Parts: sequence; C-alpha cells; structure tokens
Amino acid sequence: MLYPTLTRRSDPFALMRSMLRDLDSNFWAAADRAVFPAVNIWQGADAIAITAELPGIDAGDIEISVKDDVLVLSGERKAPQVSEGARWQRRERGFGRFSRAIRLPFAASDDKIEARMTNGVLRIVIARPEETKPRKIEIKAA
Amino acid sequence: MSNDIAHATDKTPAQAPEPAAGGRIYRPLTDIVEHDAGVSMMLEMPGVGPEDVDITLENRVLTIRGRVALTRPEELQLTHAEYGEGDFERAFALSEDFDPDRIEARMHDGVLTLTLPKAPEAQPKKIAVKGA
Repeated sequence: MLYPTLTRRSDPFALMRSMLRDLDSNFWAAADRAVFPAVNIWQGADAIAITAELPGIDAGDIEISVKDDVLVLSGERKAPQVSEGARWQRRERGFGRFSRAIRLPFAASDDKIEARMTNGVLRIVIARPEETKPRKIEIKAA
Repeated sequence: MSNDIAHATDKTPAQAPEPAAGGRIYRPLTDIVEHDAGVSMMLEMPGVGPEDVDITLENRVLTIRGRVALTRPEELQLTHAEYGEGDFERAFALSEDFDPDRIEARMHDGVLTLTLPKAPEAQPKKIAVKGA
C-alpha cells in the first residue's frame, strides 16, 4: 500500500483517513469470514427471505427458531467419517456446531415461516404479518 | 495429490480464467482422504444438483465443474449479501493413475463425494518375512 504524502497537503488528516479506510476494508475481512453460515438477505413488501449455503448438512441437523424479531439459525456440521488408518491430504471444509442470530425488520410469527433445503442451500421465507406492514396515510385536501 | 498450494478456509473465487458470460467461478472447498483402497474427495458445491456436475479425467488431471442454480426468491430484492453465487470449478493433478471407469461420484446435499479406487498394481503389497 502506498500513501501519497505530497498530495492534498491542505488536509492534514487525509493520510490518516486513507489508512483507516484500508484498515476497514482489509483488516476486518478475515474476521468477517469466521461467521458461519454466510447469509444473504432478500426483502420485499410482503416478505423477507434468508438464504444460506449449508452443504453437507442434513436438514434434520438444522434448527431454526424465532422469537419476536430475532431468528436463530443453528446446527451442526458433522465431520466426515473416515476409516481407520486413513490419511488426510487436504482439509478445507469446516465442521462443528454453529449458531447465528439474525434480526428481522419485524416481529414474525412461527406459522408464517417456511424453510426449504435444496442441494445444500437453505432458504427461509418469512411472511410479514399484516399488522406490521407500513400503513399509507392519505393527505386530505384542506 | 494436487499441485495447488492455496489454503482457503472459505469459499473463494477461482483465480483464473474469468468467465466470458460474466459472474464468478468459485473453487469448491475440498477434503481429500487417502486410504489403502484409494482416495476419497469431498467437494462443497452448494446449489449444484447431481445432473449439473461435470467430471473429467485427462492426463492425470481431474477437473470438476458444477453449474449452480441461482437462488432468486421471487419479488424480493437482495439487501444484504455475505456470499456470492457462481459456478464451481477446480482441477487436481493426480499423483498416480486411476481408472476413470471405476471412479464413483455421488452428489448429496451440495457435497460431491468422489471415490477413486487405486489400480490393483498400485496397492501396497505386504511381503511376509519367513523365519530362517
């Protein structure tokens, strides 16, 4: 990383800011990756969807629970069974218990949640209860 | 077993080549176990169905490709993304010959399991030592 020392001499904090920016973009990236599973969140007017990649995990080993507006996704990645005397040559996949809490933009009720697992991709769709939908307010003419 | 030395602990995009159709190609995280009868490989390819996997063995290079079915919930917009989606591709240089006809592949829950049985002559032979 190169930091210009001559440009923008009028701003004494420019260098510090650019260093902080680099720190933000690179330094924390490794820590972010420790979170499992990575989730993508999709939003719409009537529902929210959470997708996560959980390859090799049996649907029965995944637990999804909702309390008010917090959804907790937990489970266990089981280590592969290997025979006696086998030698590991490469081990990149992780295993162990995991748990992740995700805050929803509204309080959800259990009966409005649908979860589906397809080829190792989990998809949770949470319908927005009617009472939490934003109300449109008409402006009356004076 | 393999000639690439990168140690990834997370799903990472493959370095090259760049796909012409856009998007990204990811390298599947892989476990490789060697046992006396052969080698087992487990590759994580979430979103890839059994019919979308392509495995080729040519000149001791085993290439695995998987076409991903993109997750796109209807009428919803992606608002927070922690992982990317794209096809998977990874190649391994095998240290010995395997019979391509005997390679077994099984896709289950987004994990591809390959079993490569060793050729009979490559299996270690135990030589008994006789007493004098």
